[in-house]
Formats: sequence, C-alpha cells, structure tokens
Amino acid sequence: MVNIEIDGIDYEVEEGLALIQACEEAGIDIPRFCYHEKLSVAGNCRMCLVDVEDSRGLSPKPVASCAVQVSEGIKIYTKTERVKNAREGVMEFLLINHPLDCPICDQGGECDLQDQAMAFGHGESRFFDDKRAVENKGMGPFIKTEMTRCIHCTRCVRFSSEVSGNHEIGSIGRGNDMEITTYLNSSVESELSGNVIDLCPVGALTSRPYAFSARPWELKKTETIDVMDALGSNIRIDSKGLKVMRVLPRLNEEINEEWITDKTRFFWDGLSSQRIDNPYKRVGKKLVKTTWDDAIDLAKKNLISSKPEEIAAISGDLVPIESVYSLKKLLKGIKVKNYDCRQDGSKISGPRERWLFNSTISGIDESDGCLLIGTNPRKEAPLLNSRILRQSRNLSYPLGLIGAKCDLTYDYKLLGEDPKIVREILEGKNSFCDKLKLSKKPMMIIGQGALTGVKGSEFLDLCIELAYKFNFISNEWNGFNVLHTAASRAGAMSIDFIPEEDGKNTEEIINGCKAGLIKTIFLLGADELQLSDLDNCYVIYQGHHGDKGANNADLILPSAAFSEQNGLYMNTEGRVQESVRSVFPVGEAKEDWEIIRLISEALNLNSDFQTHEGLRNKIYKEYPNLNPFDDFQKNNPPEKKDNNDISGHKFSEAITNYWFTNSIARASANLSERNDYIQKRDN
Amino acid sequence: MIDEKDKIFTNLYGFRPWNLKEAKKRGDWDNTISLISKGKKFIIDEIKSSGLRGRGGAGFPTGVKWSFMPKKLTGKLHYLVVNADESEPGTCKDRDIIRNEPHKLLEGSIIASAAIGAQACYIYIRGEFVDERKILEAALEEAYSEGLVGKNACKTGLDIDIFIHRGAGAYICGEETALLESLEGKKGLPRLKPPFPATSGLFGCPTTVNNVESIAVVPEILRRGSDWFSSLGRPRNTGTKIFCISGHVNTPCNIEEEMGIPLKTLIEKYAGGVRGGWENLLAVIPGGSSVPLIPKNICDTVLMDFDSLAEVKSGLGTAAVIVMDKSTDLIRAISRISYFYKYESCGQCTPCREGTGWLWEMMEKMAKGSAKKKDIDILLNLTERIEGHTICALGDAAAWPIQGIIRHFRPYIEERIDNYKGDAV
Repeated sequence: MVNIEIDGIDYEVEEGLALIQACEEAGIDIPRFCYHEKLSVAGNCRMCLVDVEDSRGLSPKPVASCAVQVSEGIKIYTKTERVKNAREGVMEFLLINHPLDCPICDQGGECDLQDQAMAFGHGESRFFDDKRAVENKGMGPFIKTEMTRCIHCTRCVRFSSEVSGNHEIGSIGRGNDMEITTYLNSSVESELSGNVIDLCPVGALTSRPYAFSARPWELKKTETIDVMDALGSNIRIDSKGLKVMRVLPRLNEEINEEWITDKTRFFWDGLSSQRIDNPYKRVGKKLVKTTWDDAIDLAKKNLISSKPEEIAAISGDLVPIESVYSLKKLLKGIKVKNYDCRQDGSKISGPRERWLFNSTISGIDESDGCLLIGTNPRKEAPLLNSRILRQSRNLSYPLGLIGAKCDLTYDYKLLGEDPKIVREILEGKNSFCDKLKLSKKPMMIIGQGALTGVKGSEFLDLCIELAYKFNFISNEWNGFNVLHTAASRAGAMSIDFIPEEDGKNTEEIINGCKAGLIKTIFLLGADELQLSDLDNCYVIYQGHHGDKGANNADLILPSAAFSEQNGLYMNTEGRVQESVRSVFPVGEAKEDWEIIRLISEALNLNSDFQTHEGLRNKIYKEYPNLNPFDDFQKNNPPEKKDNNDISGHKFSEAITNYWFTNSIARASANLSERNDYIQKRDN
Repeated sequence: MIDEKDKIFTNLYGFRPWNLKEAKKRGDWDNTISLISKGKKFIIDEIKSSGLRGRGGAGFPTGVKWSFMPKKLTGKLHYLVVNADESEPGTCKDRDIIRNEPHKLLEGSIIASAAIGAQACYIYIRGEFVDERKILEAALEEAYSEGLVGKNACKTGLDIDIFIHRGAGAYICGEETALLESLEGKKGLPRLKPPFPATSGLFGCPTTVNNVESIAVVPEILRRGSDWFSSLGRPRNTGTKIFCISGHVNTPCNIEEEMGIPLKTLIEKYAGGVRGGWENLLAVIPGGSSVPLIPKNICDTVLMDFDSLAEVKSGLGTAAVIVMDKSTDLIRAISRISYFYKYESCGQCTPCREGTGWLWEMMEKMAKGSAKKKDIDILLNLTERIEGHTICALGDAAAWPIQGIIRHFRPYIEERIDNYKGDAV
C-alpha cells in the first residue's frame, strides 16, 4: 500500500495502480477515452491529464493519469486550472471533427463523448471550417461502422490484438488521415468481435442488428446469465415490451471479465422466431394445435400405457436445473430408469471433480502450462480461449494440443490426433514431457470431443492418471479440467440425470427407439439428437423452438426459453448462477417446471412443491452445493485409477459449426447471416 | 570563433574521399582499442565532463544519458541506436557526416556501444538518403573486413555488430521511441515515457538513442580529452557544432563552429551574408522548423547555443539556421511549416492529430488575410492547448513556430487582415 494525496485529501491505495485507477477508487472521476482496464495503456486520447507533484516538485506539464503509476507521497491534482484547460482543449479538439449527428446515432444516451462533453467540455465551438469525413468500413454483418465519428482511441485495435488475438483491426494513415480499418475492408472473423461495439466510446462501431431499433433509456435491463456456452457469462438482457432487443456483457472477473462472445451478443433475434407458442399434437402426418388440457392428457396416457422400461427421457442443453430436477422426480415416480442428459454421448460420470473445470476459469491466469486434449477452445468457449491466449504470450508457457489441428489465434505445439499420445506422455516418451516437467501449475483441458468415443470413460481415467504423473494435480493446485459445451450439462450431471443402474444411456435410448424397445420418449429441450426414424415411438417434446426435436414430435409442450423463466445453471467450473426472467413466455408457453408438475399431477404423483421457490428449496435441501448464493467451492482432486485401456478410442469434433450449436442460435437470423457471410466469401 | 585545428569534421565538405584509408589518415580508427580499454566508466565520465549535449535537438547531456543504462548485463541485450533519420526541415548535418565522414560515425558507434555495454548497434537512416546509405554500407563493409566492427571489434575482445536500417520516410520516426517502434517493424508511433528507452527500449531491452553528430564527435573528444572540448564554447554549451545555414543567404552552407558564436557572425562570415545585406533581414528560424522564429533585432546580438536561444524564447534545436529576408511572406512561410506538421503528425494524440490540421487551416486564413483579428488569439490559445499535452514533442513543434510569429509579428498579421479585400473572383 502507498500513501497518496488526491486534491488535498490523503488516501491509501494499492501499489501498482495507475493514477486514474487510484482516483477512481477515491471516487474521483477522471474522464478518459482510450484507457480501458482490460487493455494495454495507449495514453493517446490525452483526456485523463492531471497535475502531479512529487519530491521533485510539480510536473512541468500535466501527465496522462492512465500511464503513470502511484508512488509513495505523490500528490495528484484533478481540479487545477491547468487540468481544466487541458481537458477543455482535448474535448474541443475531439469535437471539431466529430459529426453533430447524435440524434441519429445509436450510441446516443450511452456515449462517452456526449457525457464527457457535457461534464468537461467548453460548451461552444470555435471551429468554423470543414469537418473531416471518413468512408465507412466493411466489418461484416455484426459491426456497423460510421467512421466519421471515430475519435481514434484505438481501443478496438488493441482489443483485436490483445484479447481476440486475430489482429484484424488496425489503423492506416497518419495524423488527421488516420483511419481504423480491417485489412482491405474484410469482415472481422473473431468470435469476440462484437465487444468492440461496447469498447467504442463513440458511435463509430455500433451493432448492425440492433441498429436504429431502440434507445438505451427505453429498455428494461435484466441482469442474467448466458447459456450459449458452458461458461455462464454474465450478461444483461435489454428488452422492450415483450421483445429482447439486445444482449450486453456484465463484469465478472471470475468468468467473462468484460466480454461476451458474438453468439451471445447476437442470438437474441432467435428468441422471437421459430417459437412454439401453443401445444401441438400429431394427427396423421400433421401437427395440429391443441389445448393444454388435451396435451397433458395425451402425455399422461402415453406414459401410463408404456411399461417403465419402455419409457425414456433425454434432457437438452439449455434447460435449467429445476426443469431437469422436476423431470427426474416425475420419472422416479413412474419408476423409469432410462434417462440421460449427455445428448452428445459423452461418457462422463461419477463425482463432480471428474467432469468439472477444476482449476476454475480465472485459474487459467495462474497456470504456467497447458495441455489441450480433444478440444478446440476457440469454438467451444471463445472467452476461455482468450484467457489462454493471454497466458501463451509468456514465452516459457508450454502449450500443446492433442487433437485436430485448428486455428486457436495463438501458437501451440500440435502433438498429434491420436488419443494414445496421452499414454506416450504418461510414459515419458513424448518430447512435450520435458517442458511439462518444468511447469509447477500446468492445466489440462479435456474437451467433450475426447470423451464421446467408445472408451470415453477409460480415456478420462487415463487423463486423471496423467494429471497425477505431472504437476496437474498437486497439493495446492488442481489443473484437471473438463470443458463443457452445453450450458445445462454440469447442472444436470450434478443432480445425477444419468441412467440408473441397468438404465439406458442416450445412444442406447435412441437405438431402443428404433428397435421398438422404447415406446415413449420424453425430450426436455433435446434438439441435438438424430431423430429421423422414430416412427415406432411416441415422442413428447417439451421445448421452446421448432427445431429438430419438435419436428419429430408427436406431442409438443411449449415451454419458456431461458430468458423467460428463472432458473439455475451450473457452469463448466461448477459455479451455480441464476438466470433471471427478462420477458414473458410467448403465447401459451409455460415455464418448464410448471408443465412437468401438471403432468405429475395428472399421473397422481405426489409433487411436494407448489411454487418455483418451493422447488428450489427442495433442490437446495437435496443438493446443498447447488445454492447460487453460497460461496463458490473449489473441488477435491479426482480419484485415480490405473491401467486404463483406451485401444480403439477416437476423438470427435464437439462443435462443427460454432454459430449453430443450439436451437436458439439456429433460429437466429443474425447468426445465420454471419455464417453465410463467411461461407460465401470462402467459396 | 573556431580555430582550424579544433575542427572535428575535417572532411565535412568531402574534398577528400570518405574511405577507410583516407579516414585513417584523418585520424579515425586510430588506436580505438586504447580508448575502449580505459573502461566504460572512464568513457562515460569523460563524455559527461566534456559537457557534450545531444545534437539531435533537445540538447540532453549525452554522458548523462549513457549513465542511465544498467551498469551490469541482466540477461537482456543492450542496444545502441543511432538516429540518422534526419528530417527536420533546414537540417542537413547528419547527411554530410554520413556522406563524407562515415568512419567517424562508425568508430563513435563502437565506442559508445562499448561504453553502454551494447552488443548491437542499429543505425536508423532516413529512407530518402539513398546515396548516403550506400556510402555508409560500404564504409561498414570496410570496417568489418578490417575487423574494426563485429567479432572482437578493434581487437578489444568485445563483439559489437552494427546494422543499418532504412526508414520509410516519416518525420515522426525521428522521435526516439517512434524510431524504436519502427525498428521493431511496427507503425512509427511514439511510446509513452516512462519507461524510458534506457530501461525498456528496443525489443524491451535497455537502449540508448543518440543523434549521428553526438556519436560522431565521441572518438575525437576521447582522443583530445574532455578538457579540450569543454574549453570550446560557453559554460553548459560546450564544444563545436555543425550549423546548417539556408534560406536567403548568399552562400548557404554547413559549417562547424564553436557553440555560442553570434548568429550575425555565423551568417556574415560563412554564408556570405543575408541576401541584400544584414539590413534586409526579416527573421531567422535558428534551430530547424520547429523552433520559434526570432526577428532581426534579436538576431543582431543573439548567441547560437542552447541557453542563449532559450532566453529569447527560441531554441538551438538542430542548429539549422533558416534565414528569411524582407521579401519573405512570413505568414505563408509559417503556414507552410504548419502544413508540414499536420502532414507528419502520427495521429496518436488527440491535440496533435486534430490540432495541427486546425492550426494549418487558421494559418492559411491568416496568410490570405481572410481571418478575423480575434482569430489570432484563438490561434494562440490553440497552440497553448496543444503544447505539452501530447506524448511526444511534435505537438510542441507544431505550436512553437506559430507562437513565434504571433509573438513577434502580430501587427504584421493584423495588417494583412485589415488589407484583405475579399477573394478575387
């Protein structure tokens, strides 16, 4: 801690802080444009100038508070005439070439330049010459450019080289002719590109899908979490009436820092298309509208008419823990043992430390080595990939990949595609071992693609064996990590929504349906299955989008999407978070747990909860570690098992198309456009 | 006034060949090992006590700059970077040094590298200096083949390599940190200081950046002793300096003279006097385009060194004396300089990026006379809002010439505004 003085008042602040951060902690607002906590310091906007006095006396000229660190006894003056004059000057210079088009600018109302011009500007212009005009740039379907508004803070440039790692945005030209652009106006390809929209302090880079659709002050803001991947990024859903208008990130240093992926940012239009707004039943070849009473009745009839071993259930990737829990209760009530949450056929099972991201996401920042196994983190969790990118800048950071070659935005050592390489490393026969030995806190990240094959479970054990061999697991460090791709997977796993003994898993259920062994199947938002020929089987689909699952269903129960009901989700590191309703369900749709309770009641099963709160309390009682309001607990190391035979095991690709991983994303025109854009260009 | 024997650059005009054989006759590379073997501390102390101030414009004491380098190697390489990106309008001293005395520069580079513990020296030469680059490369080739540079340079046991790097023609790359960025292969944008190059410079390693002239005089100072050098000139402004006299003089030239020589003597003696006689003088820009001009009444008496010129609110800069006689349209001349700074601003800092363009537009109006009188105050205020508010000194350099003309020639600008009759149709 160091003692400093700001405007005559003494403060004690942490060492290593920039002056601007110290002032912020003291509650003094320093205007800034180029400075951003998560990016490198550029110091070029010159808005944050302050006067500084140290042992050598008052600084000869005002200094950029973002670029100077606090030191013992330093005195900062933020209100002197010289500082005021400097700020006014910078503001005047910024405004001379900035168009006065606030009324038609999407940034209006949340624009740093507007706010700071009001607070620190002079109020009148002395500039009567022609303003600069800059041609707009093509940055793809997500980012709308209006480059005349650009104030050259270079936040976007730094973001693209430091966080997204693609180096896609840069500046050309000099002085007043400097322009921010992509290479030859090509579209940006990063999965994190949308963050430059938030970063841009003015309206130069705005959201194209959101363009001209709302003003920030008309929007209802709901703080919730994201389900597009398994990280559980913290987001804010902005809605107007019944419609979700946009999605923005919320700060959470443990998970997403300040960023979200493009998929999260732009999926929202998928929430209002392809929606199931009414119960449907199949009559002949056609699906026809029906009433809730009739639908519940039909569900009941089919569940009663089949024997318990002829009934199966599969839960999907977007459903909250409550829904899966109530479904499990229902199935238990009718003695069904065939249920599974692992739609992709992953072979994870056992205690939670075997299938969670034990080092935690922020633990990546502590790691000093990384072994990726059967994963492409850029597709499976782009924000996690960005953290690895940050670590990989450290020259002594060993980084290896066992799996298919892919572009991760950083350099890594490709060790090969064969799962057997894990054994080679275990036996010390691989050159990568030498580097791993030196790491004190290495981590391994096992993707779902590595665990779906025939010997997935044995492979997981082999990886645990490897983890103990090197420092992946030590007394103070647990770097054994499984990366999930589905938002509900960890939650469903933690309430054991996997087949009971002699129950069938996903693969066996689907085969059973085809063979006629399963008569009734209940799909809880399960859309990632191959369901084409299930003619012999009665398919009950409960979900919110007319996707694969609904197309093959005989009975459709419309439910609420994640944005329309409160729900708990556990992310890939085992952190439970609450998703909050931001808009109401469409049409006749009901919340998941309500529908299942209705069916339970129809089946005369004792459901001892009447409200959502009651349901939650029941879950907390049975699974105490699912309470999102408790402190996040780190996991114990997994148990080791020796002699694992993985002959014949192969990796698969967990995600083939990043933009279409779930039913909401597939219904989104924004994401489709983005996907087509890249494909069209590549052809 | 300088004695012929005290001149360092004896072949400044290229009357003799530049090659190694001839250079050795002039005393270059003479027993360099004996200078280096006296040790780092000796060299740095000797340069410090000689009072040599950097010849690139800012006038920072060279020996002090060297002493900022870490004394011991910490696993990182040390670098010497010689700034030969001479682009300041009016300045052409480094060019002549490279053209006619390249071995002075190379020898100086080896000694300076040894003094700061550098294993590699980069000479960043302005892209437009094509012939000079060829000469420097040939000279370097000669030095390498004689074992003066490279492995066991000058038989001192030190390995010092010299690399020549061509710039691509941006004025801003003459700023030391922008030069380092450019050398690293990036866009030439000045860096924030601190960290200063001596702690984190080229490729993040301790680096010293020096002007060509500062480096080229080092061997001679060491050979003749710091006392000799500090006996020339005035206190705090010691030694000799190459002045580049251009503009409205009868014989524009480069001339090595003692620091602190009266400006009038300099012009009259070496440049053949002002065109049309001293009385025809209007103003002089004494140190390259970025320093404020001084009117004739100051020119009559002012001495040419850092402190004397600072006293009259100008600066020695690179000692490029630009003489303007009474035929000059002074406002248009300054307006042209403003255009230069607008064109060369790197675009990083807001005040400079936006301000230089505005200044130029205002100056154009002043030159035409179409401005209003209150605009002069606005213009002055703008220069004050740019000055000192930017990362590097280019913002200051854009502001000073305008401050200079308003300070000394305000009535002249007002007169032009009064006489303005509107645009000719």
